[in-house]
Amino acid sequence: MKRIVTGAFALALVATAAATPALAEIKIGAVVSETGPASSLGDPEAKTIRMMVEELNAKGGIKGEKAKLVLYDDGGDPSKAKTFATRLVEDDGVVAMVGGTTTGTSLAILAVAEESKVPFISLAGAIEIIDPVKPFTFKTPHTDRMACQKIFDDMKARGLTKIGLISGTDGFGASMRAQCIAVAKTSGIEIVADETYGPKDADMTPQLTNIRNKSGIQAVLNTGFGQGPATITRNYAQLGITLPLYQSHGVASNAFIELSGAKNAEGVRLPGTALLVGELLDPKDPQKNVVLAYKANFEKAAGGAPVSTFGGYAHDAMRILTEALNKAPSAKPAAIRDAIEGTTGLVGTTGTYNYSKTDHLGLDLSAFRMLEISNGGWKLVK
Amino acid sequence: MSDLLQFLVSGVTVGAVYALVALGFTIIYNASDVVNFAQGEFVMLGGMISVAGVAAGLPLPLAALIAIALTAAIGVALNTFAIEPARGAPVVSLIIITIGASIFIRGVTQIVLDKGTHRLPSFSGDDPIHVLGATVLPQSLWVVAGAVAIFVALWLFFTRTLTGRAVLATSNNRLAAQLVGINTRFVMTLSFALSAAIGALAGVLITPILPTSFEIGISLALKGFAAAMLGGMGNPKGALAGGLLLGLMEALTAGYISSHYKDAVAFFVILAVLFAFPRGLYGSNPVERV
Amino acid sequence: MRLSPKQSTLLVLAVLMIASPFFFPSNYYYRVGSLVFVNSIAVVGIVILTGYAGQISLGHAGFLGIGGYACALLPAHFGLPPALAVVAGAALSGAIAYVVGRPILKLKGYYLAVATLGFGVLVSMVLANEGWLTGGPDGIKVPDPGLRALLEQVGIELTNPQFWYAFCGLVLFIGAWLALNLRESPTGRALRALHGSEVAARTAGIDVAKAKLNAFVISAVYASVAGSLLALQNRLITPDVAGFMHSIELVTMAVLGGAGSVLGGIFGAALLTLLPQVLTVLQDYEHVVLGLVMMLVMIFLPAGLIPSARRLLRGRGE
Repeated sequence: MKRIVTGAFALALVATAAATPALAEIKIGAVVSETGPASSLGDPEAKTIRMMVEELNAKGGIKGEKAKLVLYDDGGDPSKAKTFATRLVEDDGVVAMVGGTTTGTSLAILAVAEESKVPFISLAGAIEIIDPVKPFTFKTPHTDRMACQKIFDDMKARGLTKIGLISGTDGFGASMRAQCIAVAKTSGIEIVADETYGPKDADMTPQLTNIRNKSGIQAVLNTGFGQGPATITRNYAQLGITLPLYQSHGVASNAFIELSGAKNAEGVRLPGTALLVGELLDPKDPQKNVVLAYKANFEKAAGGAPVSTFGGYAHDAMRILTEALNKAPSAKPAAIRDAIEGTTGLVGTTGTYNYSKTDHLGLDLSAFRMLEISNGGWKLVK
Repeated sequence: MSDLLQFLVSGVTVGAVYALVALGFTIIYNASDVVNFAQGEFVMLGGMISVAGVAAGLPLPLAALIAIALTAAIGVALNTFAIEPARGAPVVSLIIITIGASIFIRGVTQIVLDKGTHRLPSFSGDDPIHVLGATVLPQSLWVVAGAVAIFVALWLFFTRTLTGRAVLATSNNRLAAQLVGINTRFVMTLSFALSAAIGALAGVLITPILPTSFEIGISLALKGFAAAMLGGMGNPKGALAGGLLLGLMEALTAGYISSHYKDAVAFFVILAVLFAFPRGLYGSNPVERV
Repeated sequence: MRLSPKQSTLLVLAVLMIASPFFFPSNYYYRVGSLVFVNSIAVVGIVILTGYAGQISLGHAGFLGIGGYACALLPAHFGLPPALAVVAGAALSGAIAYVVGRPILKLKGYYLAVATLGFGVLVSMVLANEGWLTGGPDGIKVPDPGLRALLEQVGIELTNPQFWYAFCGLVLFIGAWLALNLRESPTGRALRALHGSEVAARTAGIDVAKAKLNAFVISAVYASVAGSLLALQNRLITPDVAGFMHSIELVTMAVLGGAGSVLGGIFGAALLTLLPQVLTVLQDYEHVVLGLVMMLVMIFLPAGLIPSARRLLRGRGE
């Protein structure tokens, strides 16, 4: 008899425990490209989002309610992204969405977000995501245009004005190539060579040979992400080209140094975030603690995988969203949107965010830091 | 002059990568008339398992050996559990089975190993060799030598050994092969093991040049398949020639015309060659079965 | 009363299309339903090419790309209404298929496969590389055809997913009806004859080259219309639509369901569209299960799901 009572009691306890979170939980939706051609961006994003929801719940959730994450992998396909966004809004009933690893998937998701009036924080670079400003769409990464600007500023400071451009044919590389060509016109940089490569090509020496042969060329810029830029860096060293080499923020990760080989990557410059140089930051720098904490947590959660700027974008999006959810008077989408719009001085890994009704990017050029690879590590270019 | 040489070096390096993948296609095709679309996954497995082995502290040769043996076993399993039971199915069904297998292998790899991109250290260092103003990486020589060695071994196998001829006989007429006492089951098992092993070896050789990840197999299989068809499917000579030709076309287009049209020109030439030689450059004459 | 296979196929299709929405709890289901229809339209084209005529294409997504980009580019550059752009895109795809098909269809088996693959790769490459025209790899916006607004004027109010469910469903129904009629027509009989044996068909006086070309052009038009509908409802199109993997997906849908029958193709399209939605619960294991399903169906039911099921039922009945 006693056993039955204990059993029944235990059963009731389990049932209560199982039922409780269903009574009060806040659903957060995410659509990222965990697999597919953009998986080197989407995988750290997915890991970060999962980790941060766990952290949030460990700290007691939002106003005492647990957060529940619904995350879908769109494989880099915008049509799938749109379907999953519809599912999140219509079927899962999320209060807000994070994701859109590539510009294409972001544009697909934002169409759903705007139509159903659910806040969405995008993790992709293109400026058209937030320009013109759409009521429910925000983004955390700086734009490709800003990356080009930062690189060109650094080149000009070194007296380099005639450059060669080599870009991946994927969305990231092609979009940044177009932006850099546009920005070059207004910043006194002359692009004298314009080459491309497939993201999974094994050798880019023909393109680099042609770039090297251009008369008067002073530097080379590579826009791309994933393994392509590492192959470029190795081919660059193989050909013995001594011109300064610039990479994009698409490879701001230790994985890039590993794939390129420290010797080959020596002296390569790229615009990155504080994330990679947390230890080098001034102790008074407001970003120092944020980036060091994220780096430590991510590397523990991801089993030693190195942090990248892309995971950092997801981190910042989740921070902004969590803060907005805590601040918003209700869990209604419009209230959450207003709270996100009210974000000021929020320190993330990418920079300090100040959103407003007319600015859904919230960052300026100061968010970027020019980094240089030195002895297999990073150093800040002053 | 040194530019042309550099383009040729690039073309031969990339071409040897394609040829290595294409060579893997030939044995299975010869034994069973099946184009194995999972061949790219064998190359991926060779690279990924070696990387995991090296990360676990094994010396590279041992890690590579384990990778090749494991991949060969996976090839045998593919034949036993997926291809053999579907014997006699139409070509499209077999294509779908091998594509299903490649999705399956990719899925398992991503869970068992990881989703990261990895590179193996070059076998003989990264210091380029200078030849007449062009530069060659020592690893390129390894890849080219590997492609040539596998080609010669396959050619000897198919023309000089009894087993190799048995493989060809099985492909031509399975029933007749059985009648003359060839163990066609063994031939199938052997050819899947060999194809997988060749794929894995290719993976080990190219990973220092082309970093590997669980998703690298599709693009390799696509280019390898195109190279094999360009040369003529089933003929090791065709695989080697097709691979090198494809690599050279890409490099020369990038060098002299425009890198924007590198891949387009390659596929355009494949179409043109197939219109002129409907069975590829070294393909046998078509005999239509009624 | 005994229904002919054609009538029974259309009846099953109509009942499923009309009855399903009664079980739809949200707009998401309409969205998935409309995707099933769009994929089915392309797959019915594959059924004509592969199931009827026995020809393989690993590049048909190229025609989806042409149809889709027609809806983005023709309105923007020539002021064509998007609805007309669908027709223009289909005509363009048909014309391209006619020109490309002549030399390509002389090839057989895997050589045909690699040539069509090359064609598809070329199309997707042009779409990705010519950014000044196509918007590059990130794709391009597609205008609203305004049909939903038209319906609203006559008092029919539908949500966006509901509208596309109904519209794509209607197009699929017409497409299936045409394909079933084609099967019994002289052209269809010629196609099925050459599927059996080209030599025998030729001996029987069939112009084999012309019959194959017909099938290729018709299937290209189906693919193009599917691409247009996808672009219009997504309001965005990217070069992935024309990619190699998408071509493979279409062939897989046709073959899994049973390439020989229209209903089989549609069933395969439904299965492979729904499966990834269901498999999301498996998270990391999604691809493993998908690959496994493909292999198992092909090993144990090589004729495809619907024909195998039919055979099973008939075997019991007789």
